[in-house]
Amino acid sequence: MADLLNVEGLETQFKTRDGIVHAVNGVSFHLKEGETLGIVGESGCGKSVTVMSMLSLIPQPPGEVVAGEAVYQGKDLLKMPNEEIRHVRGSQISMVFQDPMTSFNPVLTIGRQVAEPLEIHNGVPRKQAYERAAEMLDMVGIPSAKDRLYDYPHQFSGGMRQRVMIAMSLICTPQVLIADEPTTALDVTIQAQIIELVKRLRDELGMAIIWITHDLGVVAGLADRVAVMYAGYIIEEAQVKELYAKPTHPYTIGLLASLPRVDGKHGDRLASIDGLPPTLMEKPRFCPFAPRCEFALDHCWQENPMLESISADHRVACWVDPETGRERK
Amino acid sequence: MSSENEVLLRVDNLVKHFPITQGIIIQRQTGAVHAVDGISFDIYKGETLGLVGESGCGKSTTGRTILQLYRPTAGSVHFEGRDLAKLSNEEMRQVRRRAQMIFQDPYASLNPRMTVGEIIGEPLQIYRIMKGQELRDRVASLLELVGLNPAYSNRYPHEFSGGQRQRIGVARALALNPSLIVCDEPISALDVSIQAQVVNLLEDLQKELGLTYLFIAHDLSMVRHISDRVAVMYLGVIVELTTREELYNNPLHPYTQALLSAVPIPDPFAEEKRQRIILEGDVPSPVNPPSGCRFRTRCPLAIEICAKERPEFREVKPGHFVACHLV
Repeated sequence: MADLLNVEGLETQFKTRDGIVHAVNGVSFHLKEGETLGIVGESGCGKSVTVMSMLSLIPQPPGEVVAGEAVYQGKDLLKMPNEEIRHVRGSQISMVFQDPMTSFNPVLTIGRQVAEPLEIHNGVPRKQAYERAAEMLDMVGIPSAKDRLYDYPHQFSGGMRQRVMIAMSLICTPQVLIADEPTTALDVTIQAQIIELVKRLRDELGMAIIWITHDLGVVAGLADRVAVMYAGYIIEEAQVKELYAKPTHPYTIGLLASLPRVDGKHGDRLASIDGLPPTLMEKPRFCPFAPRCEFALDHCWQENPMLESISADHRVACWVDPETGRERK
Repeated sequence: MSSENEVLLRVDNLVKHFPITQGIIIQRQTGAVHAVDGISFDIYKGETLGLVGESGCGKSTTGRTILQLYRPTAGSVHFEGRDLAKLSNEEMRQVRRRAQMIFQDPYASLNPRMTVGEIIGEPLQIYRIMKGQELRDRVASLLELVGLNPAYSNRYPHEFSGGQRQRIGVARALALNPSLIVCDEPISALDVSIQAQVVNLLEDLQKELGLTYLFIAHDLSMVRHISDRVAVMYLGVIVELTTREELYNNPLHPYTQALLSAVPIPDPFAEEKRQRIILEGDVPSPVNPPSGCRFRTRCPLAIEICAKERPEFREVKPGHFVACHLV
C-alpha cells in the first residue's frame, strides 16, 4: 500500500535559559494507509514532540522545527500556512491527547465540542452537526448519547471522557489518528475498553493510527509496526512480531528484559538498564545509548550510528551485533 | 519466607470513612466516602504482600490507616503485639520507628530545602539516636546501601532524577531499622528502565535486612514479580487474597479474572491468543457503594443474591480467600 505520510529528517529544538534542548534529532518514518504504527519510548525521548512538530503544534518560541519534512498527500505539512495546516489537523489528521481531564473546555457542553470540527471544517449546520455528534458518541459506546450532548465534561468519568475525545477526533473521518498516550491516565480495565474500542473503529473506518506510548505491552496487541525512540532518535523499527521476537538494539533488548509479565514465571530477577537517559542539552557526537550500553565498543564512542536496514522491514541504529558482541559489517 | 507463620501485622475488620460535610459555620455530616470498608488480612514476617486495585479502590488509604496516618473509623491493627488503633499519638510515634513508609511521588515527598543528608538523618535526630560524626557515618552508609554515592549527602533533592530520589526515600525509611515498610506505589512515577532498578533494590534490601513489605501498586505485572502473596481490592473491600502462584494461575473472583485479562502483555504472540474479559462501565462512587456485593454492577455473572447480601470473605481452599457468592 502507498505511504500516506512520510516524515524525513525531522529535527526540533527548544531554546531554554540553560541552552538548547535537542528534543528530536532527525527522525524519519513512514505510515501506510490503514496501518497502525506504535512509537514507544520513555519520558523525554521525543515521541510526543515528534508528532507535535509534524502538525505544527510546537509553541514557537521556545520551540523550533529546524529541519526535515513531513509529506502528507504530496504536500509538506511543515511548509503549509497556518490556515491550511489547521484544516488538515481538524479533519484529516486528528489527535487524541493523554489527559482526558484537561483537554476539554470545561465551560462548553460536550455536544458543542464534539460537533465543532464538523461545523468549522466541513461547514455543516449546527443541527446536523449535533445529530452526527450524537451518532459518534453512540458509536464510541456512550449510553443515551442524545441526552448527554448537553452535559459538561466534568459530568463524565475519565474513561468516558476519553471515549468522547475519540468521538470528537473521528467526527470528520480523518485518514490518520494520532493518539498520544491515550490510556496512560486510565485504569487497566478502562484501558482495555478503550483499546478494544479503537481496534473496532479502526476496522470499521479504516484509518491509519500512530499510537504513542511508553507501555510495550499496549503496542504488542495493537500495532502493526513499532518504532522505539531514545534521546530524540528512532533507534529501532520493525514489524511488531519481529521486534518482540528479535529485538536487536541493546536498548530495546534491555527494555523488554526489564518488564515483568503478568503471565510470567516466578522468581526471575529483573534485568535493569543502569544509569540515566541523557539530558539532551548537547547533540550527541557518539551513540546516545553508549554510556548505558553493555555492548559498547570504541566505535560507539566515536560516531553516532544511523538507522539502517538489517533485513526487510527491520531497521536498527547500532554499530554492534548483540549476538556476537562484535561490530556489524 | 523464612518464618512461615509468624504474623507481623494483623489487620482486622479495618474501616475508614471520610466524612462529607455541608455548611460553613455549623458543619453537618451529610455522608461519607467509604474508602475502606471492613478488610482483614495478615502479613507474615519477611514476606511481601502485594495490594492491588484500580485508582480509588482504597489501597493507599489502607496503607496510611495501618500506619495511623489516618485514624481508622473502626477495626484494629495489631503490629508487634500492640493494637495501633488504640495507641496515643506519642505511643504511635514510638511505633513508627518500626514501621515506615515509602511514598509514591519522589518529587513531593522530599523537602526541597533540606539536603539529602538532613533528610536521611532527620529520623535519627528526632528519636535522638545519634548525632555528630556518628550520624554522618550512618547517613553515608545508608546512601551506599541504596546505591548512591555517599558524597551526595550535601546536595539537594532537585539535583537528582526520579529514580535517585526514590532511592533517597528508601534510605530515609531504612534509617531507623524498621521491620515493616509500607511501599505506596513506589515505582509508578518512574520510567520503565528505572522501575526495574528500584524494584531490584527493594528486593536486595529485603534479603539483606529481613524486611517485610506491604507493596501497594496498580501494576499487576510488577506485583506478580515482587509479591509472595497478593490481595486484590475493589471499592473498599478485599475481594481475593492468596499466594502469588494461586492468584495468577487460578483467579477465582470475577473481578480478579477481568483485571488479569485486561493487563497487556509485551508479546504480540501471546496477545494474539488472549481472550479478554472486558468489564462494562466504571467503578461506582464510594460515597454510595452498591448494596450487597460491591462488584455486582459490573460483574458479568451477577445473580439475585449478589444485590442482597454482602459476600463473606472466606477461605475456599487453604490460604485462598475469596469474597464471592458464586465461588
